[in-house]
Amino acid sequence: MFEVTTVHYVLMGFMIVASLVAIETADLLGSVICVGAVGFALSALNLLLGAPDLALALEVVDVLTFVVLIRVVRTRRDTYHATSRDTLGIAAVIAGLSVLLVITSLSLADLPVFGEPVLRMTKGYLEAGLQSNAAVNYVTSIVFDFRGYDTLGEATVIFASIIGAFAVLRRVGRKHEA
Amino acid sequence: MKREGMTLIVKTITRLITGFILLFGFYVVVYGHITPGGGFSGGVVIALALILTLLAFGNRFVEEYALLGQEGLKRSDVLAALAFLVVAVLGYFLASDTVGRVFFGNWIPIGTPFHLWSGGIVLVCNVAVGVKVATSLFAVLLVLAAFHNHRRYNPAEPKEE
Repeated sequence: MFEVTTVHYVLMGFMIVASLVAIETADLLGSVICVGAVGFALSALNLLLGAPDLALALEVVDVLTFVVLIRVVRTRRDTYHATSRDTLGIAAVIAGLSVLLVITSLSLADLPVFGEPVLRMTKGYLEAGLQSNAAVNYVTSIVFDFRGYDTLGEATVIFASIIGAFAVLRRVGRKHEA
Repeated sequence: MKREGMTLIVKTITRLITGFILLFGFYVVVYGHITPGGGFSGGVVIALALILTLLAFGNRFVEEYALLGQEGLKRSDVLAALAFLVVAVLGYFLASDTVGRVFFGNWIPIGTPFHLWSGGIVLVCNVAVGVKVATSLFAVLLVLAAFHNHRRYNPAEPKEE
């Protein structure tokens, strides 16, 4: 049903390379730029996979975090120098990751094939979508109508976190002002 | 504090381009139920246009507009979140019997598909979430910018007072 083409592999490889560079580079600004590149590649990949809603949301959030991170990095141009490598720690992390990979690859066999999802809940939404609310974009109609309660929860999380950040940052600003 | 914003080139380009970015953001919010996008993505686009203005012209320029000051942003953020909740709660009382009187019941007439007025509460919720996301994300960056300026200019130079 769905074919994974060369373009997808190129984008995925680019994402892996960019995240490796982001981890290994000593310059913080370069690292932030690499993280932004990973986000753009992920957004392009979603667009190619036929999810324009998700691609748009990822893209704009990526730009936003990019701006904020650059703003933060510009205030402190620190470079990180690794002095010594903790061999035992790295070995433990590699061992744990390989166990995780083995378990994941075993459990992946039970999942449905990529591109052929099991439509149990979704089928009802897709069939009832146009009659019960006339929104043509089914993603939005699911987000705001069928699953409105979830969206309300997400909005509450954003609201609480932003009000919290607002309160914390503003008090520090005021203390210096006085 | 003396250097407000960026250079003349950045300011001119910002002046030319901000309107189009805002227009795209409003389009993504309002047409979220017809084309790809929605309240969240469009809200972030609007916030990014405002952030562009903030970075290009400095935060003193932005805070001259009452709607974009910290108080105005907080107010519209809270009001938009409340509007979303009110639309959801009104489903208890106003929804028709076929839809069922439930939380998030679709109580606005659903209209015809592919028209702007379709989807019932989806359009209203999109606009509410768009305003909420735009104002709250912009508020965070505005507060960060103010915080940054205070920390840079105050402790090192006591002679300014």
